Amino acid sequence: MKMHKASLFALYAVLELASDPERQLSATDIADHYGISTHHLAKVLRTLVRSGLVQAVRGAGGGYRFVGVVNRTTLLDVIELFETLESELDAPPPKGQAGGAVIEELQSITREIDELTKAVLDTITLETALNSSRLRTKLAAQA
Amino acid sequence: MTDQVTIRNAILADLDTLIELDLVAVAEEKPAYWRGIFDRYVAAGRDDGFFLVAEMNDEVIGFIVGEVRAWEFGSPPCGWVFALGVSPKTRELGVGQLMLEEMCQRLKKAGVTTLRTMVDRENKLTLSFFRSQGLRTGRYIELEKSIDDI
Repeated sequence: MKMHKASLFALYAVLELASDPERQLSATDIADHYGISTHHLAKVLRTLVRSGLVQAVRGAGGGYRFVGVVNRTTLLDVIELFETLESELDAPPPKGQAGGAVIEELQSITREIDELTKAVLDTITLETALNSSRLRTKLAAQA
Repeated sequence: MTDQVTIRNAILADLDTLIELDLVAVAEEKPAYWRGIFDRYVAAGRDDGFFLVAEMNDEVIGFIVGEVRAWEFGSPPCGWVFALGVSPKTRELGVGQLMLEEMCQRLKKAGVTTLRTMVDRENKLTLSFFRSQGLRTGRYIELEKSIDDI
């Protein structure tokens, strides 16, 4: 699975903001933290604002803050704002019946993979991902 | 709120409530199944299989069943949780987590270091719960096929 850059940046932003919903961060704050393009992230944040997960706070000291439900929003909810996560089988139309059957079989296999991918991403909430990240940080500090 | 919850071994008098709780998840009453579970995991007095319930204010509000299984599918002994339920009116209070923690303690005492379970892909509620408790896709893949037309 190759996740689009926009989905990845959205996950960075949402997880960063959801880790402290009281806190406001600018696009530059988040972009600097993850070493990504502020320009690209700003576009992603606009989509997140439209989705209702993130709120843009205007004025001096403004920025973005998380306004979604951290234990109800899954990674898939965020990713699907930017892509469908469906494998594309770039196959031209088959000429014979046998070719058609092979393509159908390959399509069925990619569907199986896609369904598994979605089943994983759709059951990891932002809260679970944040808790696991915190645990990683704690274990790394102890090591 | 969870300090009012007690986790204890199931007793025969719990069965009717457990059957009702189970109906929330599976729309089919199965008294024979639960009687069998009780016989195997409580009455038999095993030290490697556990049937626990959560109780709050003298009311049973959840159940969990698990056991040690050894060498199935070539796997060294590990703990399996194969039934879990919490009353809808007491969800999001940490009851499931308390039951799972107690089950893990008991399974660990029984000598295993890995916990496994299997959940329907569509059952987001239970899958999300196990994920939140740190379970991940394991090294074994479940495979199946229809044999209806053989």
